[in-house]
Amino acid sequence: MHERAITESLLEIALRHANQAGASRITGLYLVIGQLSSFIDESVQFYWDILSEDTIAEGALLHFRRIPVEMECLDCQNHYSPADPDFSCPRCSSARVKLIAGEEFLLEAIDVD
Amino acid sequence: MESTQNTNQKRVTVVEKIMGANNRLAADNRAILDDAQIFSLNIMASPGAGKTSLIERTINNLAGLFSIAVIDGDIATSIDADRAASAGAVAVQINTGGDCHLDATMLGQGLSQLDLSEIDLLIVENVGNLVCPAAFQLGCHKSVLVASIPEGDDKPYKYPAMYHGVDALVINKIDLLPYVSFDMEYFNRGVEILNPGVQTFPLSCRTGEGINPWLEWISTHVREHKMLTRRG
Repeated sequence: MHERAITESLLEIALRHANQAGASRITGLYLVIGQLSSFIDESVQFYWDILSEDTIAEGALLHFRRIPVEMECLDCQNHYSPADPDFSCPRCSSARVKLIAGEEFLLEAIDVD
Repeated sequence: MESTQNTNQKRVTVVEKIMGANNRLAADNRAILDDAQIFSLNIMASPGAGKTSLIERTINNLAGLFSIAVIDGDIATSIDADRAASAGAVAVQINTGGDCHLDATMLGQGLSQLDLSEIDLLIVENVGNLVCPAAFQLGCHKSVLVASIPEGDDKPYKYPAMYHGVDALVINKIDLLPYVSFDMEYFNRGVEILNPGVQTFPLSCRTGEGINPWLEWISTHVREHKMLTRRG
């Protein structure tokens, strides 16, 4: 449900950058989304189709790049992508771990004409 | 497949946080709160975990020490705000009109309805939901998650973003532990993995057991915040 608010922000950012670049049309958006960010691609796409209507971004393609969750074990320094649902270290089973990737939520680039 | 080559096409680098606009408004809210010397909490939980009961308990116990306001986010109805007002707080209801979370704009609107000079402690009750509110900063000083025993011991594993992001964790309804299958060790391990060292308050809003450390934690923060934001 919160994808609507998110998509409004996304459109605002894309239009601002297109405007700065003197573009007349936006044809693609490149999103970087960490696996821990609870956004559903299809839902963003659904709101995008509605919200971008009658703007220079109408019909632009959304490209989603998902970043897997990455953890670091503070005991054995192992870097790993946790296997659901336990986030603990698969090598030494320590629970002293740190999240180092997976929370990203960025608009990386846009394609414009 | 047929395609037309457009020579004017180019890629523009953006690299901007999509939550940036909300985060900037959250920073504005924080500045308004600091200016008014108000300490604020963003209370999040699933529906039925006991957010409103915790807020009632807190108001009942602290209303003699501090002037308390509550901003209540709900999809519709003012039931929760009415309960906070009955307990002795100034209460503002924000109906999100179907949205599953409060955002910084909504909190700003709530703040504009309060006489901030009269308030020491602001408690924001977010919409009952363990997913969406985690993504929207409001500008509150501390975010608090209310978990509850009947929800089950697997919730940290199922909602990692929420458990990872909070400053304090209340575990409500501990009076139900004898009746419910809830492995506290398993639950705590998930919490420790996602949010090492997070302040935890096991308590029961119904019986009052364990409520004092929670009240002391808030009181200390309200007082410290007054000192930190004192002018000149």
